[in-house]
Amino acid sequence: MAGKSDTPLVVKGKRIDGRKANELRKMTAEVGIIPQADGSARFTMGETVAIAGVYGPKEVLPKHQTKDDRALIRVYYSMLPFSTTDRCRPGPSRRSKEISKVMIDALEAAVITEKYPATAIEIHVQILNANAGTRTAAINAASLALANAGIEMRDLVCAVAAGKADDTVLLDLFQPEDNFGQADLPIAVMPNRNEITLVQMDGDLSSKEFDESMKLVMDSAMEIYEVQKNALIGKKENKK
Amino acid sequence: MSLVNTEFIKESLNNNVRSDGRKLEDYRDIEIETGIIPQANGSARVRLGNTEVIAGVKFSVGKPYPDTANQGMFMVNGELSPISNPNYRSGPPSPESIELSRVVDRAIRESKTVNFEDLCIEEGEAAWMLSVDIYPTNADGNLFDAGVIAALLAIKNAKFPEYDAESGKVAHETRTKNGVKLQNVPVMVTIAKVGDKLLIDPTFEEESIMEARLNIATIDNGNICAMQKGGVTPVTNEELKNAVKLATSKGKELRKLINKY
Repeated sequence: MAGKSDTPLVVKGKRIDGRKANELRKMTAEVGIIPQADGSARFTMGETVAIAGVYGPKEVLPKHQTKDDRALIRVYYSMLPFSTTDRCRPGPSRRSKEISKVMIDALEAAVITEKYPATAIEIHVQILNANAGTRTAAINAASLALANAGIEMRDLVCAVAAGKADDTVLLDLFQPEDNFGQADLPIAVMPNRNEITLVQMDGDLSSKEFDESMKLVMDSAMEIYEVQKNALIGKKENKK
Repeated sequence: MSLVNTEFIKESLNNNVRSDGRKLEDYRDIEIETGIIPQANGSARVRLGNTEVIAGVKFSVGKPYPDTANQGMFMVNGELSPISNPNYRSGPPSPESIELSRVVDRAIRESKTVNFEDLCIEEGEAAWMLSVDIYPTNADGNLFDAGVIAALLAIKNAKFPEYDAESGKVAHETRTKNGVKLQNVPVMVTIAKVGDKLLIDPTFEEESIMEARLNIATIDNGNICAMQKGGVTPVTNEELKNAVKLATSKGKELRKLINKY
């Protein structure tokens, strides 16, 4: 949250990329993009591109981490070095470890882990191109990849951030809005159950602005869900 | 891999047929895209059959090494990320991924395709650091060849960002029209030895039963610029010569394709 930008980010309700405040970026989704994986997906939100690969349910290594009554979910989130404006160092960072952790929480809620006792389900997510909203794109991709792997789930997980820039509450910030924005609020929901599985926030939001932000997210979740669902259905139809 | 699979692959090879139907000297279909990562200074995606590799170039500015004060820096990093294959683990770089990085680095560096003096900004003071990162997204064998093609085309695709000598800062938002002029097209061809057979462009299955691996990179004039042997089984001189012959002729074919991008 770097504060003010030199040029206005919102003019007469329009954002610099032409979107309205409550408008998502263009999304695309595709499943089965990594044949080696048990399930995989690519999810894009504007220029942000996330790919996810699911391996499992499989043996838990090291063995002592085994949970006898349910599956162990592991998430490895990473941003590729060339995905950002300045090259970011490869390998886990404090940031990526934290995001991996919150992604486990966000996704485990949807997986019926009791169906797969004493196994591990590993979810690898890479950001190929980062233009704000990488963790939410990562969750959207990961949830699709889990479904693509045939893992039993309560619902898909749909994620998007709301935030504030130029004192205006906006849905799905892109880079200039994120860089010069005043708040960022990434949220993940299970839209058919109306359950929220991820909440993070940094910046500055009044409670009214928070309510507005949440409304923007909740109202748009079904739109994300439709994109995910279509990708899953498309796979079945295209199957040779 | 299961014994029955191993036996099947070896049995088929006796009849000079591979498990995916290819002949011993057939390369898989190659698909190439460049400029796929807007944030990268240059990028490329290469598919060899099911193998898919992404390479991205990032420029930064640093102080040249004292012994090469009039040259820029060059670095290749490859990672066998677990997203691409169930046998890869996350964590510190494995010997295999370090090998991939270094072999690809060598093929490009030694081909002299990049004139490192072109990367010098001010002798002894400032020079471009050309970082190439290679990430397989689906590892179905022969990341070496895919990695070299992807790295080379990502460099070819790259444009320098604006550099302000006063402040010493790189303005990544501002792209110039200038890129790195390539002097050459190094092409690596990887050959697996299984029994007494040499197979080009091995799949992951074939790699897991191969006894030895030979990476051979050649340049425009047919000269070899880099080689590497992997695996504990020795190869004979004759096998090596045959491998070089194979790599040179196959490299020529591949170069024609690569030159289109």
